[in-house]
This record gives sequence, C-alpha cells and structure tokens, in this order.
Amino acid sequence: MCKDCGCTIAPHTHEHSHSHSHEEHPNPQLNDPKTIEVITKILDVNDTQAAHNREHFEKHGALAVNLMSSPGSGKTTLLEATIDHGGIKLGVIEGDLETNQDADRIKAKGAVAHQITTGQACHLDAHMVHDGLHHMPIDGLDVVFVENVGNLVCPASYDVGTHLNVVLLSVPEGDDKPAKYPVMFRAADVLLITKCDLLPYFDFDVEKAIKETRKLNPKVDVIEIDSKSGQGIDKWVSYLQMKKALR
Amino acid sequence: MHEFSIVQDLLYMCEKNAKDNSATKVTKVEVKIGKLSGVEPHLLQIAFDTFKEKTICDGAEFCIHHQDLVVRCTMCGKETILEKNTFACPHCDGAVEVLDGEDMYLMKLEME
Repeated sequence: MCKDCGCTIAPHTHEHSHSHSHEEHPNPQLNDPKTIEVITKILDVNDTQAAHNREHFEKHGALAVNLMSSPGSGKTTLLEATIDHGGIKLGVIEGDLETNQDADRIKAKGAVAHQITTGQACHLDAHMVHDGLHHMPIDGLDVVFVENVGNLVCPASYDVGTHLNVVLLSVPEGDDKPAKYPVMFRAADVLLITKCDLLPYFDFDVEKAIKETRKLNPKVDVIEIDSKSGQGIDKWVSYLQMKKALR
Repeated sequence: MHEFSIVQDLLYMCEKNAKDNSATKVTKVEVKIGKLSGVEPHLLQIAFDTFKEKTICDGAEFCIHHQDLVVRCTMCGKETILEKNTFACPHCDGAVEVLDGEDMYLMKLEME
C-alpha cells in the first residue's frame, strides 16, 4: 500500500496539504491588518484525501462502498449475508467507537477485514479509511466496504473516498427517518430497507419511506432486504456486480 | 456532533493561510455554512470558541453566514431558494441541481 501511494498525503499532520499555497512568495511586509478571500471548502483536506483513496480503489479495480446507518440497523449482518451469498469477493473496513467485534464477525465468514476504533469520534473520515487500507490487502477484491460508525448525522458530511453511498433503514427504526435526517438520506445512492421480515409487527410504511427519501433524493435506488432469510440479497449482490462491472 | 472535527480542519486552514501570508495573528474568520451541510451553526460557534485558544485564531471573531439551499431547475431554468427539503422545482416540478447550501466554506480571513 505504502509503495503504491507513497503516502504523500499524510494522515492528520496536514503537512502535505495542497491548499492554496503562496509559500514561494511570502509577504514579509504584512504589518497592517489584511483581509484575504479564501473561499475553500472547510473539509478540503479531507476531500483531497478522499480523492486519493478513490484513486487507490480504482488502481486495484475495486468498487468501494460506504455503508451508513443508525447503530443496529443491520450493516454487519448484511455483509455476512453478502459473503454467504457468494459471487463477490469483498473486504471490509469497519468503523466503531470500541471493540473489534464487527471485524471478527467478517473474518469468521472468511473475508478480509480491518477494524478502526475511533474512540469518541462519531464518524470515519478519509484519513482514517486511508490508514485502514494500509492494514488490509485489497488486491483481487471486487468490492471494499467501509462500514461507517452507526450514526445518521455525522458520517454524511465526510467523503471517505468510496464510489457509492449505501444507507440502511431498518423497519424497527420507523419510516419517518428520511424526513428527520435529510442530509444522510440525500447522500444515499442506494437505500436498503432492512429487517423486512419484521414488517408485520411494525407500523412501517415502505411506500412512505421511499417517497420521503425520493423527495430529498429523486434518483435514489431502493432494495428491500431481509438478511436473515435472504430476501433481496440476490438483487443486492446483482446490483453490486453491475456497479463493479461498470467501474 | 462532528463540529469539533470540523473546527480542527478550519483552524488548520487558518494557520496555513496565516503562514502563507506571514501573519502572526488571525483576527476574524468568516465562514459560510449551508443549511443542508449537516452542521449546526451554534455548535460550530461553541466548538470554534473552545478550540481557538492558544492557536493563531486566539481571540479571533467568528462570523457565520447561513446559506440557504439554492437550486436551479433543469427544465425551466429558474433559480429558487428551497424552503422545504423537497428537491423539485416549486414552479414546474422539474428536477433541480443544487447551486449552494450543501457545503461549508472558509470565505475570508482578517489577519495581522
């Protein structure tokens, strides 16, 4: 990995930022107050790192997918079901505040995984994902998943360098979540409605959830899934294979 | 609550710009925060005031411009400020492209 990228974009030290530098022409006469127009995205450094991560994935021919949702909506269970289904060689970068449990679950299924524990941080950023890539061989993988920290708010603000944002909404959470968390559902390329086996027991209106999400995001694709019974997994895997083929 | 992380990136950017301009102090920081950027402006203010101490921005004024969601219709071409989070043209229901209001920008720095 290091050999590939040379790691010229250092994590969080920011030493190699590309930000609009005027170092070659410093202004030693700046004794008076001065106002400068900057107009740069605040997350510019993250976005630069994200673009670099994307180049990595592309170089290795892997489709990269950012999985985002509330805690407990079934991200890891979906990945287990995806591995069990077969047809895709996948690896996972796991993000959680604490424990290696999710990475251990993926490894137990025979796929490669690396756990990032963020401590108190509520999201993964592009630097953390880059660090994670150093710990995981991605050669020969079809799809690399970034399983983000369970949170419907913060991860939506960070490009981690993936190609697709997949957002899970589980039936027990309620069909009102897209309207309540617009930034996240607007960021979704695909909405997965998970735990669909529980539909008979909850007042979850699938049509309403889809309608509310499409108000925010008219182009979003939707797949209804139940990872335990395998409902929708065929469609999900076909979708990933199609996206991978188009990269 | 990722406002603290965002402020760290912002402070880094202020330091970098100050250094590039041989300034020793930043006195005012102006940012533009989109309505749908996923960041709560008053939390950003608190985070900035907390983290600016002992940095080049110590004592700096923090000025937040709230940016509405501005879209342009791909059908009728009209530009509109979206009041609700329904991404369709209020005039003709056409598909819209977002012109502003989804990002966070550092706009201006005053330094000495």
